[in-house]
Amino acid sequence: MNLEADGLRKRYGDVQALDGFDLAVAPGVIHGLLGPNGAGKTTAVKALATLIDVDEGVARVAGYDVRTQAAQVRRRIGLIGQNAAVDEILGGRQNLVMFGRLYGLSKVDARARADRLLDMFGLVDAAERAVSTYSGGMRRRLDIAAGFILTPAVLFLDEPTTGLDPRARNEVWAAVREVAAAGTTVLLTTQYLDEADQLAARISVMNHGRVVADDTPGVLKRQIGGDRVTVTIPAGAPLETVTQQLAAAVGIPAVPDDEARSLTFEVGSGVTALAAIVRALDDSGITPEDLVLRRPTLDEVFLTLTSQEAIR
Amino acid sequence: MTAVRAGWILTQRNLAHWVRQPWAPIFGLLFSIMLLLVFGFLFGGAITVPGGGDYITFLLPGMLALSMMFGVESTATAMAGDARKGITDRFRSLPIGSASVALGRVGADMANSALELLVLILGGLLIGWRITSDPASAALAVILLLFLRFAMLWIGIFVGLTFRGDGATMAVQVLVWPIGFLSTAIVSAETMPDWLGAIAAWNPLSATASAARELFGNPTGITEGPLADHAVWLALGWPALLTAVFLPLSARAYRRLRA
Repeated sequence: MNLEADGLRKRYGDVQALDGFDLAVAPGVIHGLLGPNGAGKTTAVKALATLIDVDEGVARVAGYDVRTQAAQVRRRIGLIGQNAAVDEILGGRQNLVMFGRLYGLSKVDARARADRLLDMFGLVDAAERAVSTYSGGMRRRLDIAAGFILTPAVLFLDEPTTGLDPRARNEVWAAVREVAAAGTTVLLTTQYLDEADQLAARISVMNHGRVVADDTPGVLKRQIGGDRVTVTIPAGAPLETVTQQLAAAVGIPAVPDDEARSLTFEVGSGVTALAAIVRALDDSGITPEDLVLRRPTLDEVFLTLTSQEAIR
Repeated sequence: MTAVRAGWILTQRNLAHWVRQPWAPIFGLLFSIMLLLVFGFLFGGAITVPGGGDYITFLLPGMLALSMMFGVESTATAMAGDARKGITDRFRSLPIGSASVALGRVGADMANSALELLVLILGGLLIGWRITSDPASAALAVILLLFLRFAMLWIGIFVGLTFRGDGATMAVQVLVWPIGFLSTAIVSAETMPDWLGAIAAWNPLSATASAARELFGNPTGITEGPLADHAVWLALGWPALLTAVFLPLSARAYRRLRA
């Protein structure tokens, strides 16, 4: 495991920010840390990146203990916080050369590395301009580049696309994939489910300072039930009769939406249900207005998991 | 990496800011020159120096000391800005010694203040101020002035790291004025009511201003009291005391970012 946390606890006054936080991430994986505001995602990242001391628990990053071997950890990580922590007054290249030298590269090596990273993250044209003139996406990419100078074993990305427009978001996603392709383990915190779905091979869902679920996006979606089949009945057809017919055909009652004239079946196997629905509609001579098979979204997984947690 | 080497890289970073945005330090210099002209010529005619002597020659060492003290403002603002924008956290996640960030600030601010001293000294010479002592004494005066700036640096670092919001640096910007004026930097304590004069005489700024006057061979405006006999020792002692208090406090504030 490249990242390991065992029972981390951290208290800020009345707030138990981490309450038994556990994590295990294999090398070279993009791992999503997903949770609502205040779930403790940033605190977890800061603890793993040696920025704060936890009250209890042990964490190892790239094999080193974050508390007793902080210096070794720091040589092997890159941290990209919520604010783009690059120097706004300096230019993009100046920033990368400065961080390169702070990581211990010689002036010559730092310059060469800066040029390589500007190229890799698509910032060559803006290299000399002051960072204050950069767009949000460019700033974020420079930020990631600065965290990637030594090709770290682990890169921490704390909500990297918060406040970015969709295009800038795509650019940042591409940069994150670039980083992972080079073999770096990425721990990505996000509030956006589609971001975790798009990027992460595994997701830990966090709430109230601990992980409430940890699996691949696919398994997490299956966990809260199977597929959904939604059929929309055309205006001419008798809604009640069709509802009964379809319920009989599928074998379970539908969740109706009278307004939209649609019926949704939550089923184990979407394909079987789909076939049954098509046959039943065909027998009645009805052509559906719309017929959709979909897996549950991560949004549904997330809401289910965090609301269960709230009740408990 | 050693803190000294990282501190030097961060000093270069802070100096590069002035190359990219030269107006902030230039405006700071113009402001000091303006103060010198306002007090030297606008108010100066109405001020007499106890014990005799020309007001401009009395004023200039005081202005030098005042500008060293005002440096606390730029230090606090820069530290607070970096901490607020998250770049301090970035530096903290790097494999560099924990003194690096402070050393980078010290290097850049001392360089800026040395330049400011030079410009004010040249400006003073243009408007009639003269050094009448020997070069060694004059050099010691400059060293004592920079020592005051060094002590102010640690106050600035402490304030900037502890109060990261805009409010704290605003408070520093406002507070330097009464503290600066309640000293012998601009007028002699002996022209003030007794109780006020006593407070002004114990202001660390007064010690440095009086020592600089003495060492440059300028009128001190002092006829009696501790400042008359021990100004140089006080100008060594006060900044040493301030540094001894605020350097550990700054280190603690930096460590407490981890809490």
